[in-house]
Amino acid sequence: MRGLLYVASALAVMALAFWAYQENYRTQASIRANSEVSRDIGRLRETLSILKAEWAYLNRPSRLADLAEMNFDKLGLLPVEKTQFARPDQLPYPPAGLARVGAPVDLVGVVPQFAPDGEDWP
Amino acid sequence: MIRTPLRPLARILKAREDGEDPGLIERENRRKRRDADRDRKRLRAQGRLLVLGLCFFAAYATIGVRMGILANVEPAEPKVASAGQQIVTQRADITDRNGRILATNLVTRSLYAQPHLMVEPERAARELAALFPEEMDEERLRGWFTGERKFIWLRRQMSPEQMQAVHDIGEPGLLFGPREMRLYPNGPLAAHILGGSRFEKEDVNAAEVIGTAGVEKAFDEYLRDPSQGGAPLALSLDMTVQSAAREVLGGGMRLMNARGAAAVLMDVHSGEVISMLSLPDFDPNDRPRPLASGNDPSESPLFNRAVQGVYELGSVFKIFAVAQAMELGLVNPDTMIDTKGPLVWGRYRIRDFHDYGPSLSVKNVIVESSNIGTAHIAMDIGAERQEDFLASLGFTTPTQIEMVEAPTGKPLLPPKWSEISTMTISYGHGLSASPLHLAAAYSTIVNGGTRVHPTLVKQAGPQNGERVISEQTSRAAVDMLRAVVTEGTASFGDVVGYEVAGKTGSADKPKPTGGYYKDRVIATFASTFPASDPKYVLIVTLDEGEDTIGSMPRRTAGWTAVPVAAAMIERIAPLLGLRPAVEPSQEAALIPANL
Repeated sequence: MRGLLYVASALAVMALAFWAYQENYRTQASIRANSEVSRDIGRLRETLSILKAEWAYLNRPSRLADLAEMNFDKLGLLPVEKTQFARPDQLPYPPAGLARVGAPVDLVGVVPQFAPDGEDWP
Repeated sequence: MIRTPLRPLARILKAREDGEDPGLIERENRRKRRDADRDRKRLRAQGRLLVLGLCFFAAYATIGVRMGILANVEPAEPKVASAGQQIVTQRADITDRNGRILATNLVTRSLYAQPHLMVEPERAARELAALFPEEMDEERLRGWFTGERKFIWLRRQMSPEQMQAVHDIGEPGLLFGPREMRLYPNGPLAAHILGGSRFEKEDVNAAEVIGTAGVEKAFDEYLRDPSQGGAPLALSLDMTVQSAAREVLGGGMRLMNARGAAAVLMDVHSGEVISMLSLPDFDPNDRPRPLASGNDPSESPLFNRAVQGVYELGSVFKIFAVAQAMELGLVNPDTMIDTKGPLVWGRYRIRDFHDYGPSLSVKNVIVESSNIGTAHIAMDIGAERQEDFLASLGFTTPTQIEMVEAPTGKPLLPPKWSEISTMTISYGHGLSASPLHLAAAYSTIVNGGTRVHPTLVKQAGPQNGERVISEQTSRAAVDMLRAVVTEGTASFGDVVGYEVAGKTGSADKPKPTGGYYKDRVIATFASTFPASDPKYVLIVTLDEGEDTIGSMPRRTAGWTAVPVAAAMIERIAPLLGLRPAVEPSQEAALIPANL
């Protein structure tokens, strides 16, 4: 009986030692992988900060103003003016007869006769 | 185990035969047994002590060895920690209120040489000099590379293209070190606010970047603090507004032939400076050197007119005297004030720009900008009360704005606040303050009467400072300022839909030798919009501007600063998201009569 106990304990110790070594090696492998990933992250962050700086540089207001001026005939961009503010009642809203957003409907376009007060919409 | 009997029969019998006492035998045996027992126990105790000692030894030895190892190995960063990777740059970014980058870092390379590693020093010198013809001289490089020196800095920063070109020389003695440099992608846009930065301690592998002026220096510790985790510093500036304002102000300055210009746009409730400009400006990426001592520092583009420039700002101060008099109950907007001129006090004579007749109402004193009328009101207030009131508006101390230059913008006060000082200060002479002071004071007057401190850091809400004037007085003051634009000296400032209210001020520049120049004017327009519910204050100051369109050069603010400010509001207000308003009818704007 006692002999069996000794053998069992010895086997248990060997099994645990095997497990512990395996865990140890796995941990070391994870640490290596982790440090590689964090090096990658660091590199990517550096790239990101360079890209952000470049984005900010390319989007500086003076350059955008020059670009807007150079491409005026194509884009026709002008500074915002006070006349461009509208009141909500000046906006064309969908007529009340339309189904709510997301509900399945058969028609794709809007039929003009839905528009109230004879106003054309859109 | 076989126990020895206490009374072994053989020995007892033998003892009895010999006539000895058998009890002795028993006693001796008992003693022997006791001794054996004692020896066994001692042995066991000694064994235990030994084991325990060994345990202690092992424990202390482990601790000792570990301490020795810790003390002797090079410190290393913990590899397993995962939270430490937030910081990639040593200095946090600065952004505007919408998160657009105003200052950031860029990793570049520096170039250095180690001549003892060189293979062909002469070819390296020749090719390097060809790459950088402006800053490197072949003869000198050859002298360095073939000399005794072991280490030479060649260039602080290099672009990737330049670095590749140096790589292509193929010389192992030319080496690169990483250099994190500060980049201001918008160039001169917010130059005075950002300030600038430079390298402090330099090493092959890194260099310390420190702020030299402006926000960069004021927040130097914050920006370099690793515990912030690289979170950017959000300023109150709006880059789009700043850019539009700079464009318009720059155009206005050229048009009016001004030597310099400054503008401050401030939120009247939160005290946030949305835009602050001082022209001429500079590129913080290539900050110019300060002027040699002895020159006037205000000649340098580094000089921030909005914060550091203290000027006698002229008639824009009149509203303070009138607001205080209304607050004290001395006058109401319709009280008639004596404006017979000139007003003589000792050897001083106070004149008006025109003769406004024998008397004007308080409102018209502001609208027509009468020095004499304001001086009369100030005399009613008295020196002491005036000083206290101007102090509560912030005119006696430097502003607390978060820039290192703030303490240099200290207002110039009269050495003795006499009665004549009281009179001249009431119309803006004898007390010099910066445009930023004026912006803060106007914000306090128009926002309902609570004190506002200007700030460059994005705020969460209104400041709700201490009350300086009542809401009724504030309302009445705004209505008078509105009347200045609709019927007074600032008629060019009326931007349809934005209900501009404001006050002009044209002050002759003081000569360094004493007295005033006749043809050099600091023209200021202090404005607020929209008048029905003031949200922003805009101060525009032109230094020696003149309008030369007519036959006579016109230098008063109404002809110079006001049109520029109006153009700025026209551009800026839509960017701020202000919807142009239909002006409320005059009845709705009336103030209660119990003032």
